[in-house]
Amino acid sequence: MHPPHLRAIELLRTLMRQTSPKQTLHRLLISTLALTSLTLMACSNGETRVESGNRDGIFHVENSAEPQSIDPHVSTGVPENNIILALFEGLVSKDPADLTPVPGIAERWEISEDGKTYLFYIRENARWSDGEPITAHDYVWSWSRSLNPQMANEYAYMLFPLKNAEPYATGKMDNFDEVGVHAISDRILKVELENPTDYFLQLLDHHSTYAVPKHTILKYGSKTDRFSNWTRPGNMVSSGPFRLKEWDIYKVLKVEKNPYYWDKDTVSLNEIHFYPIENFSTAERMFRVGQVHKTFEIPLNKVDVYRKENPETLRNEPYIGTYYYQFNVTKPPFDDVRVRRALSLAIDREAINHSVMFGVVEPAYTLTPPGASGYEPPKLISFDPEEARRLLAEAGYPNGEGFPEVELLYNTNESHRKIAVAVQQMWNENLNLNIQLLNQEWKVYLASRNNLDYDIARAGWIGDIVNPINFLDLGLSSNGNNRSGYNNPAYDELILKTIPESATKEERLANFAKAEEIILNEMPFVPIYTYKTKYLLDPSVKGLTPNFMDYYSYKHVTLGN
Amino acid sequence: MLRFIFTRLLQAIPVLLVVITVTFFLVRFAPGGPFDGERKVDPSVLKALEAQYNLDQPLITQYFSYLGDLIQGDLGPSFKYPGRSVNELIGAGFPITAELGIYAILVALAIGGCAGVLSALKPNSTRDYVSMSAAMIGICMPAFLLGPLLILIFGIWLEWLPVSGWGDLPGDKVLPSLTLGAVYAAYVARLSRGGMLEVLSQDYIRTARAKGLPEHVVILKHGLRAGMLPVVAYLGPAFAGILSGSFVIESVFQIHGLGRFYVLAAFNRDYTLIMGCTVFLAALIILFNLFSDVLAAYLNPRLRSQLGGKS
Repeated sequence: MHPPHLRAIELLRTLMRQTSPKQTLHRLLISTLALTSLTLMACSNGETRVESGNRDGIFHVENSAEPQSIDPHVSTGVPENNIILALFEGLVSKDPADLTPVPGIAERWEISEDGKTYLFYIRENARWSDGEPITAHDYVWSWSRSLNPQMANEYAYMLFPLKNAEPYATGKMDNFDEVGVHAISDRILKVELENPTDYFLQLLDHHSTYAVPKHTILKYGSKTDRFSNWTRPGNMVSSGPFRLKEWDIYKVLKVEKNPYYWDKDTVSLNEIHFYPIENFSTAERMFRVGQVHKTFEIPLNKVDVYRKENPETLRNEPYIGTYYYQFNVTKPPFDDVRVRRALSLAIDREAINHSVMFGVVEPAYTLTPPGASGYEPPKLISFDPEEARRLLAEAGYPNGEGFPEVELLYNTNESHRKIAVAVQQMWNENLNLNIQLLNQEWKVYLASRNNLDYDIARAGWIGDIVNPINFLDLGLSSNGNNRSGYNNPAYDELILKTIPESATKEERLANFAKAEEIILNEMPFVPIYTYKTKYLLDPSVKGLTPNFMDYYSYKHVTLGN
Repeated sequence: MLRFIFTRLLQAIPVLLVVITVTFFLVRFAPGGPFDGERKVDPSVLKALEAQYNLDQPLITQYFSYLGDLIQGDLGPSFKYPGRSVNELIGAGFPITAELGIYAILVALAIGGCAGVLSALKPNSTRDYVSMSAAMIGICMPAFLLGPLLILIFGIWLEWLPVSGWGDLPGDKVLPSLTLGAVYAAYVARLSRGGMLEVLSQDYIRTARAKGLPEHVVILKHGLRAGMLPVVAYLGPAFAGILSGSFVIESVFQIHGLGRFYVLAAFNRDYTLIMGCTVFLAALIILFNLFSDVLAAYLNPRLRSQLGGKS
């Protein structure tokens, strides 16, 4: 008997002898296929996308999701915002380091003594990406579009500080001329506010307040057409450092340097390619083999590996967002503030950060993230199981006895589940409570929260602007995002009346602290952690300054080693 | 044969109508709407949005107007992606998914068919046990495990193939096709082994052998044709399954195909996109089943004569 490999060769020979021409053809085809794939394997050993990107000035960014729309007055999400930041620029821009307002399309501005009238001077060399000049009239037209009820702009409220903007946007007033924005000349824009608003300049760097090109929009549809084709490659005209080059749905969106941008000499990148990748593990693998410069988020289970092996690629910086639990305060047992406080005091936030979140977040003891516009919120809560037990007993549930069956609701997600399990265990160990966990698919979960059809629910809030009011607003009874049933007229008055009327910055900060104190004492919301950004960035990327809002100033980015 | 095809196509109409109706009302009754988000939409904005998508009309009116548009081939605008029509999204995603599906089927047939036939030739031998155990593992191994595993080996350790993409980098179509094909290869292997075993014990095979025909002619010409019937019958549903179930592969390998649209549409409550994908895939599944029946009839002389064809 021959050894197996000789037998195999013998069999092959026999087969070759016994084949018809047709079979030989088939074999040839198969061998060709095999050869082709081998050749392909050989080619792929060349330069990575990151390497070629560094050479050609192309920044490859993993952007998490397919942008819904890149029309600044339609868009709502973070991935969309990341692209719009490259395509457009606000009247006012932000310093990427400290987020203070810096000139954008407006080269300077004047604010009246009473803080209610602003004059913006638009740059003479401000141009749309087709070379047409950007004028003050463009802003009046764009804001009338952004606020138009027909536009159904979810972020129209960003312009509500303007005089009469809210009645116009909600259809209570038809005449846009009465809204506080007028063009005095091609270059001077006059803006009148309802009340002095210290964060108004910040709002001018939000996409819902960006100017959009009237001449292009009207060419491809009506003013308020959400379904228009004006944002397609070849049609779209924008005002920022880059302009749209290519948009292959679900594959890549490419922008290229805008030759008409007023500050084009600062722009070092030639192109940015945004890849919509929902799967963070796929994105991490792409980063590992040099297919992208930057990921949107790193999967939690990879954090330790990167921390040990490539700490220079891991970005983990404070971010203006709070992860919290909320109670349905409209029904027992959470209509009792003592129960709410007890449950909050029994949570060990440090342990959650270290054992569940791999240390990539910051334990939160306040609703507002510390450091928002110079505001340090009072820290009134801590981990105090002793006090928690006392409060629970006082509320009529000594050692958890007689506590009704309640559920903790979260949307289906691995890290939400892990946190919920940890908190469930802490409540069990510290208060002897048996809380059930309930996970729901995202939209079902949102519906449950909107309808107050829950006991305890997880929630998260990311700030639109760096201002405590953006977080403290959540406790307003009239705020649709409150979703806890919390209703405190004294709190509402503080937010709606006292704070806007504060005479000085110190007074305003003190009033913010007062509001925070009410929330922390009444505890409709239980802060768990403050968000931090967590993504991977290739060390060849320079100038992407980390900041509180994870705001990217692409014009300052350079590539190279 | 023509009458058979025509009857089957006629039967498809009520089936499609039921699919449309059930899906339409199911997605509408699911909790949460297309405009729900972490940030609650202002009631006046919500009203304007609903008016733009005709959601302010009674449900039954919406249903009939959807049917009316559908007959004209208009699947409506997407809720999630304003400015894109469902027709456009399906048109963009389907060719990619179909290409991936064809490669996967080829992989499945090549690997599974060979393994199955080789096993059947020597049943209960080591060769048979090894390939059938491999097939069993293939059936049990989910794509979301096999995909990353192949990526780890060929993409990250050996650096032979790209870890993601479709048509961007040379060789990026190899791993997704292999991963998706592997599961189906396993089924094809088991089916072709079963089919071949049964056929090889038939009298006409014995006759062929007794006539003194060379073994490979017996296997390839007489055996394979009938032995592959179960595989052919399986191809229609398999291809339909590949098209509607390629989501995992598309997500693992970052492929911009229809599967990702479909699943994300359900998560987003993108009513028109869910409907569009469902109707489109349902129609395809019906077509593929018909196609595989016709092919099976062609391969099976008895069935062919029953259907009025001439053999």
